[in-house]
Amino acid sequence: MAVALTSEPAPAPTGPPGDDSPRKIVSRVSASDKAFRGVLRSAGIAVLVINALILIFLILRSLSAFHRAGFGFFTTQAFYPELGGQFGIAALLPDSAEIAVIALAIAMPVGVAVALYISEYAPAGLRGPMIAVIDLMAAIPSIIYALWGLFFLMPRILGTDEWLAFHLGFIPFFHFTKPNFLSYFVGAPFIAGVVVSLMVIPIITSLSRQVFSQAPQGEREAAYALGSTKWGMVRTVVLPFGRAGVIGASMLGLGRALGETIAVTFILTPPTFHFTIHVLEGGGNSITAEIANFILQYDAKGQAALLACGLVLFASTLIVNSLASLVINRSRSGAATAD
Amino acid sequence: MTAQQAQIAPDLTVDEVRVRTRTGSAEGSATFIGAAAAALGLVWLVYQRVLPFSGVLGFWVCWYVMFLAVYYLMARMQWDGLEARNRLASVAFATGGVLALLIVIDQVGYTLFKGEGAVRHVNFWIKSASLVGPQTTSMKIGGVFHAIVGSLEQLGLATAIAVPLGVTAALYLVEIGGGFAQVVRTIVEAMTALPDMVAGLFIYVTLILSLGLGKSGFCAAVAIAVTMMPIVARASEVVLRIVPGTLKEAAYAVGGTQWRTVRDVILPTARSGLATAIVLAMARGIGETAPVLLTAGYTKELNLDPFHGPQTSLPLFIYYAVHVLATPPYVERGFGAGFALVVVVLILFTIARRIGGRAPGELSKRQRRKLSREAS
Repeated sequence: MAVALTSEPAPAPTGPPGDDSPRKIVSRVSASDKAFRGVLRSAGIAVLVINALILIFLILRSLSAFHRAGFGFFTTQAFYPELGGQFGIAALLPDSAEIAVIALAIAMPVGVAVALYISEYAPAGLRGPMIAVIDLMAAIPSIIYALWGLFFLMPRILGTDEWLAFHLGFIPFFHFTKPNFLSYFVGAPFIAGVVVSLMVIPIITSLSRQVFSQAPQGEREAAYALGSTKWGMVRTVVLPFGRAGVIGASMLGLGRALGETIAVTFILTPPTFHFTIHVLEGGGNSITAEIANFILQYDAKGQAALLACGLVLFASTLIVNSLASLVINRSRSGAATAD
Repeated sequence: MTAQQAQIAPDLTVDEVRVRTRTGSAEGSATFIGAAAAALGLVWLVYQRVLPFSGVLGFWVCWYVMFLAVYYLMARMQWDGLEARNRLASVAFATGGVLALLIVIDQVGYTLFKGEGAVRHVNFWIKSASLVGPQTTSMKIGGVFHAIVGSLEQLGLATAIAVPLGVTAALYLVEIGGGFAQVVRTIVEAMTALPDMVAGLFIYVTLILSLGLGKSGFCAAVAIAVTMMPIVARASEVVLRIVPGTLKEAAYAVGGTQWRTVRDVILPTARSGLATAIVLAMARGIGETAPVLLTAGYTKELNLDPFHGPQTSLPLFIYYAVHVLATPPYVERGFGAGFALVVVVLILFTIARRIGGRAPGELSKRQRRKLSREAS
């Protein structure tokens, strides 16, 4: 039988060292338990194996593309991997990152506001339904977001785009270099970012909410006792307590936004291979959209190039997510929510 | 309290006045409504005159900013700065919640509304799209039965792969633990955030390119399972972890082996939580598009056999209808498929909410009835 030896704080040793060490507990494991634990262990190993396989196969299959493109893979903006053309991720990766950053810039304030509302402001009877709404928002398939973004949001956001370009055009991001027709605003990274932000909101909200709700009651009451208003309490107790959690949640959201495929593919038209920071200008691309659009059409060489893109995507989300869990687990609030 | 009671109340309950703990007040509500109306009027006037072509969305964004400004000014007239800021903060956060609610309602409602034209016809549910051309405008021809069948079969297969693996991995993390388990936990966490496109690429590279299997529903199911497994594992771990330790110890104390303890105590105790985790993962799985796109293969025909030949699922049908074919009648059919998909997700979500929310070991009404029947 398994007995977990939890190490209690050992009393200060009085006798010679080693005299007072905890006795060794020996347990005989029955045959059925041995088999059972073997099964559990193999499931754990299977998880590792699947991940290793993903990495190995992506690397093996994309090696030829890396060989062919050399260092140019990271500096070329074009992507014509068939027939010996030039290809690289210098446009695709920044495009993906740009959309993810736009998404995060919108989702972070909204997500934190919703989390604060649910954990601090909502009446007790409304809390459960609001959590259900956020869970539902996370459960809606991304293709429904994509449909909604393409047919509902796109026609309605173009006017706003135009307004931004006109009145905030002095900000480089909103600068608009194309002729001023509404059709040139269609399919811009900005619109894709807005749609992706809606998918990121539930991630940020549900994690931040858990962290906020664990802000110590004693400190909250102390803030009130010093005459703080509710907003003052939130600002001085809840937000500082949850800061690392919010940062971690946002990075997880960033990872999700980098990997989002369908909504980005639907909205970004026409696909271009030229990175621009003018996010309102129609056309653009991302790693995921490029893969979705072309992997079934390309020959083996082209597929290898796309798999190389997939590997870069895998690596970048892995880095972002590892950083996120590091931030969450290192923080004061994170230790309590680690499970 | 009626008027009569109010009249006699002061005599009877002199020192028993109930303290109102409600924070809302008439002034608060009036300020809120007043600010909303004032902002609406002001934006209506200015926005429509100065910037005539700025669209619906811009209007409401401007309205919201104006509303917050007016609300703050009105609050500042009545209360001091501290209180005004406090109220501004609560209003701003509450509107965040309302925004989330509106987005969900809008997305679900819009899909149902736009899909309604196609799903009204019975043939949409029982026919495949084999007779549908790109310009077939009549919705009385063809349907998405083939995609519904594909979705359900792929989801069933994916669940059959992902759930045993996910739950066993979660049991490993909780029941055995140790340093290696910590590594596995980290990997599972990383996998939760694996882009679904990468899962599709993985299956495409291994099963289809390397092993030479053709595109089929089974390949799609494995790809979906790769995305579902970490969700099942993480959610199950949380549920298994809150099974009371006393129950486990009791099982060990009466001589149970670990296997019997898990089978007869831990899993039944955590049943409702596990079911919720599984159903939520299924809701995620059925909506996966990117992995299916690379692995299932598109077809207009009904294919009942998931192991041979291409098999369309609902998300894949939407993708092809809206993005690849993109003719107006196909877009309408795509929205019809979206209708079906949203309905399935809503059903799964409702089931998850119904069976979830109970503490581990808490019995449902039916279980309690069964117990009392057995006892008598």
